[in-house]
Amino acid sequence: MTILLYLIPTALVLGGLALTGFLWALKSGQFDDLDGAAQRILFDDPEDNPPKK
Amino acid sequence: MNALLDIAVPSGAACLHCGGAVSAGESYCCNGCRLAHRLVSDLGLDQYYRQRQFDPAQRRPRPEGDLQSSDLSAWVETRDDEATGEQRAHMTMMVDGLHCGACVWLIEQALLRQAGVTSARVSLSTRRLTVSWQPALMTAEQLASLVESLGYRLVPVAQDCLRNRDEVELKSLLRAMAVAGFAAGNLMLLSVSVWSGHGDMAPGTRDLFHWISALIAIPAVGFAGRPFFKSAWNVLRHGRTNMDVPISLAIILAPSISLYETFTGGEQAYFDSAATLLFFLLIGRYLDLRARRLARASAEQLMALGGDAATVIAADGSLRDIPARDLKPGQKALIRTGSRVPADGTIVDGESLLDVSLISGESMPATATMGSQVYAGTLNLTAPLTMKVDKIGEATLLADIRRLMEAAESRRNRFVRLADRVSRYYAPFVHVTALLTFLGWVTIGHLPWQSALLIAIAVLIITCPCALALAVPVVQVVASHRLLKSGILLKSADALERLCEVDTIVLDKTGTLTLGRLELQPGYNPEALAIAAAMAANSKHPLARAIARAGGDVIPAGNVAEIPGKGLEWSSSQGVWRLGSASFTGQADDESSDHVLWLADPSGKAERFHLADPIRPDATEIVAELARIGPVEICSGDRSAPVRHIAELAGIATWHALQMPADKVRRLEELRAAGRRVLMIGDGLNDAPALRAAHVSMAPTSAADISQNAADLLFQGDALRPVALALTVAKASERLMRENLALAVVYNVSAIPLAICGYVTPLVAALAMSTSSILVVLNSLRLNARRSSKRVTEYTAGEAWEKAAPTADKMAQTQRAGL
Repeated sequence: MTILLYLIPTALVLGGLALTGFLWALKSGQFDDLDGAAQRILFDDPEDNPPKK
Repeated sequence: MNALLDIAVPSGAACLHCGGAVSAGESYCCNGCRLAHRLVSDLGLDQYYRQRQFDPAQRRPRPEGDLQSSDLSAWVETRDDEATGEQRAHMTMMVDGLHCGACVWLIEQALLRQAGVTSARVSLSTRRLTVSWQPALMTAEQLASLVESLGYRLVPVAQDCLRNRDEVELKSLLRAMAVAGFAAGNLMLLSVSVWSGHGDMAPGTRDLFHWISALIAIPAVGFAGRPFFKSAWNVLRHGRTNMDVPISLAIILAPSISLYETFTGGEQAYFDSAATLLFFLLIGRYLDLRARRLARASAEQLMALGGDAATVIAADGSLRDIPARDLKPGQKALIRTGSRVPADGTIVDGESLLDVSLISGESMPATATMGSQVYAGTLNLTAPLTMKVDKIGEATLLADIRRLMEAAESRRNRFVRLADRVSRYYAPFVHVTALLTFLGWVTIGHLPWQSALLIAIAVLIITCPCALALAVPVVQVVASHRLLKSGILLKSADALERLCEVDTIVLDKTGTLTLGRLELQPGYNPEALAIAAAMAANSKHPLARAIARAGGDVIPAGNVAEIPGKGLEWSSSQGVWRLGSASFTGQADDESSDHVLWLADPSGKAERFHLADPIRPDATEIVAELARIGPVEICSGDRSAPVRHIAELAGIATWHALQMPADKVRRLEELRAAGRRVLMIGDGLNDAPALRAAHVSMAPTSAADISQNAADLLFQGDALRPVALALTVAKASERLMRENLALAVVYNVSAIPLAICGYVTPLVAALAMSTSSILVVLNSLRLNARRSSKRVTEYTAGEAWEKAAPTADKMAQTQRAGL
């Protein structure tokens, strides 16, 4: 049963990673503009983008 | 009619900037577009033209003529940047005229190329532009006029409305939901191992699993359960109880007693039940809040687009935008073409036409010249005006209407939602059952209190209404989605439940039974129309607009002069053409109707155009359907003759004409006193108080902003069909909500005896809970599958979008903006 010692932490860590990822996405505004995000990908970033300070 | 040669013919080509019609040989429809196109090229953003897709529901990106920069400083927030310590100005504006991602890209890139702009972000869902810049290098006005010169309209939005409470609450619910979901999944993994290993598993391993479960469950429940604890604590403090009390009890007691069990090496632990229960409940809570938030967001957006700003002319002639409520009597204000009069006052400069239909229901515009009295809320149609403010705020006609609305609102009966009514009885029942179970086992069954408590918790968990909590919100979400697809926006969360109780329908005439706009009637000369339309395209007078609309895509004729109150005069190569009233064109005044226009050629020969506000195409049919629900009547501010005419056409026997806003409210109150539940449908400003006084109300999206705000539902398009559809969907969803609640209650109640007898192990609890929730969700989804009854044939999604009024997309956007 020592396998449990690996499997349980692994399961928890994987789940925890997904949870952290979701919470990060929520916090950083990834869900704020779903329509815009879908369209934004169609446009190139202009090469001469102004430097952002 | 050989003057047709003089009329520029649309060349079929499209304006390079806005895509509108242009005359042969031209590349642009107007100078604004030429400048905008050059601006885009200079910025190196040509990609915009290749990738954009026009959305027919939106206005074309044609820069407006009278761009005047006014002071925006009231909407700019300046603070020090934390990272660099530099000053940063921030401003949020609502953008009108967004078509697709290309518009978003164009605005963002154009702004980012300006000196000092540090970030620019346009949200396509909420139609908001947020821009930050270094105030030393740029002014807000420069940035705004840049975007406006590209052809978009901007409305400033106060920053604090963005950080509203709902949004924060929704996010925290979502966070709690994620945590609860994570905990529930992992706990289930561990619990399933314990259940399947029952009998074979060594007690040591089982205890280890329980310990790990405790480690996950206790912090997770503590974090994710806060919304319930808070609400339960709030009602308990006031000596009342709601469904959140037993929920909180269950999710606190279950892990605590399980922890005790784990300490003592017991067999049963309810960690997973607590987490799963919490997860399901949070889903319900989230959906419910989201529905209410959507309703509120749409109201806010309407307010913002309505433009509550006034432009004040200072003594030195400079302009400043301020909120209309800050106007003071004696101040001079500029009323731009196409904007609303901000306060009651007197015109001191300019001559124009005012659309007063929102106040009086009268469809003909009134002339405003020096000395005319104007009222807040009327729309300036043709030329800029300068007014002196006489009355503000509480003293205006608009404020009178608002007061009537508030009074009506306060008398509106408080509506207790179905779910609340059920839980009002259910919560005490749950408490009492659990308590009796505990006492029964201790006193009669002589069990130690820990075991008795375990059984009592099982009762709490099994009766806990996770299905009950999902029963109503899920139906609400499915129904509002279905309605939105048919062009109906649900504005208040309880509108569906209110709609089901309707037994009387009161309609306004202008704009509700009729389209609320003038249409050219058959029997005109098509050649004459081509000339008239080219002339009329120069004017904003409603009669001229109707002629121009009937003429299709035309190029405005040059050299057209507008003579207020009379008509239009066009100096062509062959002489002067006139379009206007009978007296203006030298015709005998053959009838009293207001809605006749004449076109006279240079020789004086004239053609006649008759215009009318037509009844909605399906009005008669829908009224017949509505009559099956209850009596239908008309309450209109118009004169008797037109009201009777429309009533006859629509087949309505009862009608009231010449109704002032207060009369309409009185009529609705009479009906309510007689025990009727009234659905009021209206669009004008004069209907707004009545919309609030009714049990439930609907307004078309062409309605006055204030009426759209007052109404519980909005519908779009030229048809009246959505009214019948909304009623059908409301009835169907009410039935589903009841079914769901019954299902949940029956399911839970039938499991109670098992729980009381102590047969409910954690496994049974988990099964019972999940199946009842899944049943409820599946049952709700039937609303989508269900075809409407034969009587009310349905509007498919495609049809609705095709017929959509210009606001169609805005509505969908508003709806989406909720999240």
